Amino acid sequence: MIPPAAFLVLAALLFILGIVAFFVKKDLLTQFMAVEVMLNAGNLAFLALAKALGKADGQMVVLFVITVAAAEAVIGLAIIVLIFRQRKSIRTDDLKDLKG
Amino acid sequence: MAGLFWLIPLVPGVSAFALLLFGRRLSRRWIAWQASGAVFLSFVLTAGAFAHLGAAGAAGLSRTLLTWIVSGMFRASISFTFDELTAVMALVVTGVGFLIHVYSTAYMAEDRSYSRYFAFLNLFMFFMLVLVMASDIVLMFVGWEGVGLCSYLLIGFWFERPAAAKAGMKAFIVNRIGDAAFIIGILFLLANVGSSSLAAINAAPASGLLGPGLVTLVAILLFVGATGKSAQVPLYVWLPDAMEGPTPVSALIHAATMVTAGVYMVCRLNGLFAASVTASTVVAWVGAITAVFAATMALVQNDIKRVLAYSTISQIGYMFIGCGVGAYAAGMFHLVTHAFFKSLLFLAAGSVIHALGGIQDMRQMGGLRKRLPVTFPVFLVGALAISGIPFLSGFFSKDAILTSAFAGGHYVLYGLGLAGAVMTAFYMFRLIYMTFYGEEKATLTPGHAVHESPRAMTVPLVILAVFSALAGLLGLPVLFGRRADVFGRFLEGVLGPAAHHLAHSTEAALILAATISALAGLGLAFLFYRRSPGIPARLAHRFPGTYRLLLGKYYVDEVYDAAVVRPLLGGAGWVYEHFDLKVIDGTLNGSAAAAGLAGKGLNILQSGLVRDYALAFLMGAILFLGFLLL
Repeated sequence: MIPPAAFLVLAALLFILGIVAFFVKKDLLTQFMAVEVMLNAGNLAFLALAKALGKADGQMVVLFVITVAAAEAVIGLAIIVLIFRQRKSIRTDDLKDLKG
Repeated sequence: MAGLFWLIPLVPGVSAFALLLFGRRLSRRWIAWQASGAVFLSFVLTAGAFAHLGAAGAAGLSRTLLTWIVSGMFRASISFTFDELTAVMALVVTGVGFLIHVYSTAYMAEDRSYSRYFAFLNLFMFFMLVLVMASDIVLMFVGWEGVGLCSYLLIGFWFERPAAAKAGMKAFIVNRIGDAAFIIGILFLLANVGSSSLAAINAAPASGLLGPGLVTLVAILLFVGATGKSAQVPLYVWLPDAMEGPTPVSALIHAATMVTAGVYMVCRLNGLFAASVTASTVVAWVGAITAVFAATMALVQNDIKRVLAYSTISQIGYMFIGCGVGAYAAGMFHLVTHAFFKSLLFLAAGSVIHALGGIQDMRQMGGLRKRLPVTFPVFLVGALAISGIPFLSGFFSKDAILTSAFAGGHYVLYGLGLAGAVMTAFYMFRLIYMTFYGEEKATLTPGHAVHESPRAMTVPLVILAVFSALAGLLGLPVLFGRRADVFGRFLEGVLGPAAHHLAHSTEAALILAATISALAGLGLAFLFYRRSPGIPARLAHRFPGTYRLLLGKYYVDEVYDAAVVRPLLGGAGWVYEHFDLKVIDGTLNGSAAAAGLAGKGLNILQSGLVRDYALAFLMGAILFLGFLLL
C-alpha cells in the first residue's frame, strides 16, 4: 500500500518539473507540453486526495479536467500550427508583438 | 373657419420646416409657390377669423393648445388669442408679408441660396405670428426671440460678406441687451402676478397685485426690451447696419413687422403701461427723442436704404409717442400705415437697386424717373404718404398721434413731433430728387442696362401704393364726424376709447400746422436739391461741425465701441490669456501629462515576452499561496 503522501509528493515534483520546463524551454510546443505536465500533476493530486479521503468528488473533477484539457490541447495546438505557418517560427522570444 | 385660427402661425411654420429639410431638392418654382402659398393661406385664415370676430364676443377667439411649463404654481401654456388688436396686426403681417414673399420670388431669383432664403422668411412669419397671437407672455417672448433669430439669419444672409455677418451679430447682441431687461420684467410679473397670461397681467395693476412702484419698474423693463427690438434710443444702432440684408428682408422685418413688435407689445400690455404715468412718460419721451434724433441723421445719409432705415427708427418713435400719451389706437394706426408705406418704400428702393445692378449710393443715381415708369410713381406715393401730405395714409396717422399729444397737454412732445415731420418730408424728397430727378449718372455697372423690374415685383408695389394712399381713410380725425375713426372704434374694446377730445377749431388748426410742416419740408428739399443744388454744399461748408456730426451719425457707434465693446473685448482677452490659457488649459494639460507619465512607467512591464508574463503569474501565485499558508 503506497501512502497518499507519496502521490502528493510525486504530484508536487511533477508540477515543479512543469514550471521549470516552461521557463527553461524556448519553443512553444515544449512549453505547451510543460503546461500539460502541470495540469496532470494537479490531476494526480486530486486523485490521491480522493483515494485518501474515500470520496468520489476528486475523481469527478479529474474527469472534467481531462475533458477540458483535451479541448484546450486541440485549440492550443491549432494556434501553434497557425503561428508557425505565419511566422515560420515558434520560438517564444520571436513573438514579442505585445511589447508596449 | 374661425375655429382654425390657431393654424395661422403654424402654416408658415410647417412650410419653413419643410423648406429647411428638403429645400435643396426642390425646384425654385416649387419653393416660390410653397413659401408664398403658405403665407397666403395664413392671410386667408386671418381674414376668415377677422370676419368672424364680431360674433366671437368681447374677448375674441382663444384656444389653448397645451400647457407647456408646469412648475409649482407657475404655468405657461401654448395658447393663442385672436381679438381686434391681434386681427389688425396679423392682417398687416400676413398681408404685407405675402406681398413681400411674392416680390422676393423675383428679387432673389438669381440667388444661390433660394430655398434657405424662403425657409428663413417663412420661419420669420411663424415666429412673428406666434408673437402677435400669443396670449401668454412667455409664449410671446418665444416669438419675440424667434423673430430676433430670423432677423439675425436674414441680415447675415449673405454671410460671405464680412459686413453682413458683422451686422447680423450686432443686431443680435444689441437686441440681447434689451431682451435681458425684458426677461427680468417677465420674471417680476411671474413672481408678483402669479400668472403669465397677458389678460391677467393687464388686469394686475387694477386688482392691486402689482403696486405702483412695481408697475413702473416692470413697464420700464419691458419697454427697454422694446427699445432693443424696435430700434429706439439708445439701442437703435443695429437697425441701420441691418440694411446689409436683402432689401425685401429690410422691408418685411426691419420696416413693416418685427421692428414694430415693441409698439405692439406696449399696446398689448396697455393695461400695465397706462397704470404708470412715469413709464408712459418715459415711453413718450424716448419716442419723441428718437423721432427727432433719427430724422436728423436721415438728413445727410447717402445710402438709399440707410435713409429709409433712419426714417423707420424715427417713425417708430412716433408710434411710441402715441403709446406714451395714451393714444394706443393712434400708435397702432401709425404702425399699420407705416407698414404699408415703409415696406412700399423699401421694396421700391429695392427695385431701384435691382435696376441699377446693386448700386445703393444716391450720389451715383439720378434721372431714373423715366427709366423706371412703375417704380417712380409708387415711390412718390410712398414718399408723399410718409411725409404727411394731406389725405394720404401717413397724414392721418401722424396727425392722430400729434393731436393726441397736444390734447394731452404734452406740448413739447407735440413740437418735437412737428419738427420731426418737417425733417421727414425733407429727407424723403431729398431722396426722391437725388434718385429720380437730375441728370443720369454714368457710374452704372458696365454692361448693365437700367431696366424696370419684372411683374412679380411691380404688382406688389402697386398694391402697396394703393394701401399707402388710402389706408388713412380708416382713421379719419374726429373733425370728420364722431364715427369717422373706424380704426379707433374697432380697437376700442382692447385699447380703450380715445381719452381726449378737442374743439373742432383747435383740431383744424393742428391739421393745418401738420400740413404746413410737411409742405415746408417738401419745399426745402425742392429748394436744396432741385432749384439751387449748391445750398447743401454751402451749408455743409458753413457749419462743418454740425455736418460732420450728422454724417458721422453723432458718433454713437464710436462711443459705444469705446465705452462698451472695447472694454468688454479687452476684459475677455485678459480672461482668455490669464484664466483660459493658464488655469483651464493648464489643468487639462497637466492631467493629460500625468496620465501619460503613468502610462510610460507601467509600460516597462509590457515586455511582450511570454516568459515574463508567466513569471509574474508564478510570483503572484506564490505570494497568494504564501499569504494563505501564513
